[in-house]
Amino acid sequence: MQLRFLSGFWKLTWVETKVFTREPMGFVGTLLMPLVVFIFLGRVFGIGKPVAAPKVDIPFNAAILAAVLIAISAVQSLVAIISIYREGGILKRLRATPLSPVTIMGAQVAVKLVFTVISLGLLMLAGRRLFPGVMHVNLFSFTAAVLLSTFSILSLGFVIASLVPTARFAQPISAAVLYPILALSGLFYPVDRFPRALEAIAYLLPTTHAVALLNGVWDGSGWGAHWLNVAALLVLFAAYTTLSTRVFRWE
Amino acid sequence: MIPVIAVSNLGKRYGRTVAVDDVSLEVFEGEIFGLIGPNGAGKTTTMECMEGDRVPEKGTISVLGLDPRRDANALRQRIGVQHQEAQLQKRIKVWEAVDLWRSLYPRVVDADALLARLGLEAKRNAWFMTLSGGQKQRLFIALALIHEPEVVFLDELTTGLDPQARRAIWTLVNGIRDRGTTVFLTTHLMEEAERLCDRVAIIEHGRIIELGTPDELVQKHCPERTVVFTSDDANVVERMQAVGTVERADGTAPTYTIRGAGDDFVTNVINIVARESIRVRGFRTEIPTLEDVFLKLTGHGIRD
Repeated sequence: MQLRFLSGFWKLTWVETKVFTREPMGFVGTLLMPLVVFIFLGRVFGIGKPVAAPKVDIPFNAAILAAVLIAISAVQSLVAIISIYREGGILKRLRATPLSPVTIMGAQVAVKLVFTVISLGLLMLAGRRLFPGVMHVNLFSFTAAVLLSTFSILSLGFVIASLVPTARFAQPISAAVLYPILALSGLFYPVDRFPRALEAIAYLLPTTHAVALLNGVWDGSGWGAHWLNVAALLVLFAAYTTLSTRVFRWE
Repeated sequence: MIPVIAVSNLGKRYGRTVAVDDVSLEVFEGEIFGLIGPNGAGKTTTMECMEGDRVPEKGTISVLGLDPRRDANALRQRIGVQHQEAQLQKRIKVWEAVDLWRSLYPRVVDADALLARLGLEAKRNAWFMTLSGGQKQRLFIALALIHEPEVVFLDELTTGLDPQARRAIWTLVNGIRDRGTTVFLTTHLMEEAERLCDRVAIIEHGRIIELGTPDELVQKHCPERTVVFTSDDANVVERMQAVGTVERADGTAPTYTIRGAGDDFVTNVINIVARESIRVRGFRTEIPTLEDVFLKLTGHGIRD
């Protein structure tokens, strides 16, 4: 039984990976968009050193913004795929097989994580070439932090996917949810300077903890100093996954 | 004979809408059983309860001796399904879909032989989105048959297909039955039900209003037969009225309509025509169909 579960999982993940690479827009959007943003902002604001952006006193790091964008675009892609699959009855058809619901969704998450790593790899390569001397973050540690962040934010994606009525609304609704979340993440403005209510909301969002962890890994303070954020990412993952199993619609 | 599928007093509501009110039926091994009725009559809901996709509100269902909800996993290994208006991933290749589905079941048929049987071998490397409607449906049939199921559920299999593709699918479904698999299908096409089904149940507003072989239902509810012929002879109507089973003979030269009932009616008319040496230029019979049965039972056409 265990073996069957896995065999279905690998096969489905492999098929979904191939299908995704044939989707020109999704492929380009996921891999290239964060890269372009990274290079553009890196050129304008600089990388690595927290620079004061004009007029506002905020630390701004294009590499971390790009890393979060990779996670966000993974979520957008997940929401789009789920809503298209739901509308086309693909989810329903897969459910009518011996595949377990966890396997069906797990394969989608696995594909997103694979492309997160590829996208991040491209980002690091571009960073090393274009901005020499500033990309001295621990590659392994940073990748692990991005993966954990994406994993946690994807659980929010399942909740968003439940809200989307038809595939046509996938893009606008995920943007409407994800962009405000990005604004609250602490990337552009420190969370502890938000009004109380907003600060509380921010801490309930995985993006906020993702940004804190990524900042920590970037400036070398490491995982130990951010264990609370790591714990929060895991707890929020569990919470949003639980919520999505209650509200998720297969058809 | 133990039924393969036994449903009794099935009921299911969505909110305040009653989808299935009270459905009871039995399906036996090796038959093609059709649940027929207009859109929204409760066909799909009934079928999905049998497949274990939906939880019935009341009533009991047994498929292959299993409870579709409680024994869902065991049942999935033994039944094949095809959903109404289903799609696959746009850019999945035909062979990839077949390969994926084969990996999900312990005992499966040979992929190439199955694709050949369904006329899809030339489309092995085609993306799903490039297939025609008929090819897509054939692929779904392939996926439903991949693990040699004992029962296959086919929901509105030929909706939206052109007549030629429809006929090709009918041949395939007959082939499934000929290999010993029980087929349960839904359709709102009466011609499809007549051509394919050994027995049908007519469903309307979530209730079975009639059940039997297509022939039985036509005999029972629409026994009348009509012969229409063209002749230039004189006094045709009077000569025809001599036939015992003729209820009404009318028409004006040269086209006459003779109505009657019973199995022997058409033969009798032919005999009279021969005996009276009526010279006939054209001759056709009009035999009622399930469509007429439906109209008679519900007072409206199936597409109204």
